Amino acid sequence: MSDASLNTHDFSNDASFGDFFALLKPRVMSLVVFTAFVGLLVAPVSVHPIVGFASILFIAIGGGASGALNMWWEADIDAVMKRTQSRPIPSGKVSAGEAKAFGITLAVMAVVMLGLAANLVAAGILAFTIFFYVVVYTMGLKRVTPQNIVIGGAAGAFPPMIGWAVATGGVSIESVLMFSIIFMWTPPHFWALALFMNDDYTKAGVPMLPVVHGRRATRAHILVYTLFLAPVAVGAAFTSIGGPVYLTASVLLNLWFIAGAVNIWRRDEDTAIADKYRAERKFFRVSLLYLFLHFGALLVEGVLRSFGMGGW
Amino acid sequence: MAIVKEHELHKRRFSRNMGVGLTLLAFVALVYGLTVAKMQRGDPMEAADHSPRVSILPAEPSE
Repeated sequence: MSDASLNTHDFSNDASFGDFFALLKPRVMSLVVFTAFVGLLVAPVSVHPIVGFASILFIAIGGGASGALNMWWEADIDAVMKRTQSRPIPSGKVSAGEAKAFGITLAVMAVVMLGLAANLVAAGILAFTIFFYVVVYTMGLKRVTPQNIVIGGAAGAFPPMIGWAVATGGVSIESVLMFSIIFMWTPPHFWALALFMNDDYTKAGVPMLPVVHGRRATRAHILVYTLFLAPVAVGAAFTSIGGPVYLTASVLLNLWFIAGAVNIWRRDEDTAIADKYRAERKFFRVSLLYLFLHFGALLVEGVLRSFGMGGW
Repeated sequence: MAIVKEHELHKRRFSRNMGVGLTLLAFVALVYGLTVAKMQRGDPMEAADHSPRVSILPAEPSE
């Protein structure tokens, strides 16, 4: 080894600020922010705007930290899946160790700060969410069971519950229902994605439902979960956070969603391959709209209530 | 690879350092804002201020 070779570290692939931000999974974070915000706003207790803003920010950072820890643990899978190959760790911009340190630091900071800004109940649920997503889902179940999405969905369902806890300092039927909507919605949403992204998961060895039990079973699962989701989503209309606007939106959206699920269930593989999974792709897009509009309707009810309208 | 005073590396890292700096600054501003908000709201403000805490003083008999 000559002297010249001592200093050959290549700096051209340095991580930028944006690469560390990408570790936080900004797209997932936007869903966390939105649902937590709705949970906070529809609660019957008003929150100081700065406290509310800070709480949502710390919930988002906590969610982002679990994203970073998830990327640290799954760097090997991400490297083989087309959808995730350009993430900061597989692309070599951030090392796995850096992502781990970054994730742990942010997670601790977010929980402590939420406890100080809001209350210990909210901080406790946030801590549990991070633990559940990183340890139970990512490390424990994702590579072991085809029900991974069902269990992992719980982690994504906690943010509105945390938002509610920030305002009220507790848990109630309304926040449990908001949790249940996201919890029941996640499996059909991801299984629809898995139907047309199946190759990626097979390559990575993740036991997604279509890989393990086949596409026929996945189609049936999507329908069953969609049917179970409907009463939960519509039922929320009859609690203190619901009202006529939400009820109308929820009934229409659920009919649309169930129609899509029935369509997916009735199709066979040949038809799906022939039109390049058009119905499955459409169902996936509708599912995003479904969740967004449900929480949007709750938000509308909350705003109306603050003007003395809305609700029952 | 010689590190000169104004290496290209410094230019590239400037944006990252700037980002970290601004984030920390925003965090300080946020904690300051939170403190003001909580003081205004009158949250329990008992702390280690070297004076007896109201909650541990014996209740005075009412007249």
